[in-house]
Amino acid sequence: MTHLHEVARQIRIGVVDTVYHQKQGHVGGPLSMADIIAVLYFDTLDIDPNNPTWEGRDRFVLSKGHSGIAQYVALALRGYFPYEELRTFDDIHSRLQAHPDMTRLPGIDMSTGSLGQGFSAAVGMALGAKLQDRPFRTFTMIGDGESQEGQIWEAARVAQRYKLDNLVAIIDNNQLQQYGWPALGNIGQRTSPEKDHASKWRAFGWNVVEIDGHNIPEVRMTLDALRKEDNGRPHMIVAHTVKGKGVPFMEGSYTWHSNVPTDEEYKQAMDALKEGALDE
Amino acid sequence: MSKDETKSMRDAFGHKLAALAQANKQIVALDGDLGNSTRLSFVEDAVPESFLQMGIAEQNMVGVAAGLATTGMMPWTCSFAAFMTRRAYDQIVVSVDQPRLNVKLVGSYSGLLTSNTGKSHHSFEDLALLSTLPNMVVLSPGDARETVHMMDAMAAYDGPVYLRLSRDETLEYLPGTDEAFAIGKSRTLHEGKRVACLSTGAMSPRLFAAVQALSAEGIDVTFVHFPTVKPLDEERIVELANTHDHLITMEEHFVSSGFGSAVSEITSRTAPVFMTRIGIENEYSQCGKDAQLLESHGLTTEQLKERIETIYHEVEYGV
Repeated sequence: MTHLHEVARQIRIGVVDTVYHQKQGHVGGPLSMADIIAVLYFDTLDIDPNNPTWEGRDRFVLSKGHSGIAQYVALALRGYFPYEELRTFDDIHSRLQAHPDMTRLPGIDMSTGSLGQGFSAAVGMALGAKLQDRPFRTFTMIGDGESQEGQIWEAARVAQRYKLDNLVAIIDNNQLQQYGWPALGNIGQRTSPEKDHASKWRAFGWNVVEIDGHNIPEVRMTLDALRKEDNGRPHMIVAHTVKGKGVPFMEGSYTWHSNVPTDEEYKQAMDALKEGALDE
Repeated sequence: MSKDETKSMRDAFGHKLAALAQANKQIVALDGDLGNSTRLSFVEDAVPESFLQMGIAEQNMVGVAAGLATTGMMPWTCSFAAFMTRRAYDQIVVSVDQPRLNVKLVGSYSGLLTSNTGKSHHSFEDLALLSTLPNMVVLSPGDARETVHMMDAMAAYDGPVYLRLSRDETLEYLPGTDEAFAIGKSRTLHEGKRVACLSTGAMSPRLFAAVQALSAEGIDVTFVHFPTVKPLDEERIVELANTHDHLITMEEHFVSSGFGSAVSEITSRTAPVFMTRIGIENEYSQCGKDAQLLESHGLTTEQLKERIETIYHEVEYGV
């Protein structure tokens, strides 16, 4: 478990460092999902970095594609490509596109970026596994803001109808989006209107588990259990997270959805992350 | 009438997809809850396990198809053309065309003849939308027989394809459409001079009848059918432009950004020639019987014949 905490910390460092140096990209979302991505890539997923197109591999679709930098850092740490390549992020001709591109980068199972779409593709992958009687599992992550897209609920219906218990979805419920709604009486504070994700997914017939998305043992146990669970229902993990997690001045602020740290902010952020001052 | 002789494009489509699915377990049919209209129901009848009901949700249908394709399956999605293309366009772009996934998109009830359903169900822009995508192949068969052979070519092709079908059940067979289909090749159905008519989809049988009627009156214009809208048979278009004084394009689609526009993009670059583009002008349509709708947009065989004749006389005699 110490190892996974360290991986998550390295992912956060990679995210902040890359965005700072490349002067591009999203920060808040990648930081809120870092713990879950660490567990997925270093514990849950049955994958082979030396054979990224292995047909039997578990699939992972990052439907909230704008947070791709967190996935790229995890892939680099896992050995899919040289870590130094992170410094090409968002550059022209880079394999590390602003939003994941399956035609360019091995290890990306689906091109995403337009919200709601990766989730449907993940449903298609899980359905493909069922139809072909293949054992791989499909994992996907959406944002809480992303669930405002109607396509998410179109897909939710179909996944339930086809009993896709080989599909594990995670909602990175950091409760902030790019701009959102003004908090009552204070337009400088922004909020997401959705307070109860779990009951909606339950109403759609999904097996819903709510967890603390920064509690690594809980994330690990939940993913591990649901990976094996075949109760005829697709699985939704509502992971309660904090946008910007790990960098105190970024936490809980919508302004860090996509923003480039100044030199001083970068130093502060790296100091915080180097201390490893996370939850434990 | 046996299923091999039907003139109904949708019937031919349904029977053929059922046969393809029977022969290849990787092929699945995804329905947007219109299976009994589009004849995707024939797949369910013949191979129930290959039929997947996606409900009234075209955006997700396309996304699921993309996901299925990544696992090695060959999904065919089908709805009315208006919903298949307009409703799910972003999904087609981001989830299918950019990653160049092996998804077959079928737009039934295309164009103007949508069984008297009117403006919301017409698709006058689907060729424009789909043809502009870098990886998409766009097919627009002229009759039921051609549809069947085209589907063999689609199944053999590894990549995204849009198939545009007509609900017009009266389309006569075009000559030569009983042969194997090659993506990107046009079919020359009548040789003439001065004026060449180029058409696609359901307009081709209507136009062919007009060209034959003109021939009986001693006016022979060239007529070429283009069942592939993308990639267009550029070589043949340049040849036609170089050997004729005037090209007339016809389509059951907006004249703006459609088949005729694609033809003129080629001629304007390589072989400038006078052109007349016939199709739906800059307006929405309405409900009505097939013949009434075609007539209100100047697309009946008789109206096409008159327009060709007028252009031919202008070119031949300068009047």
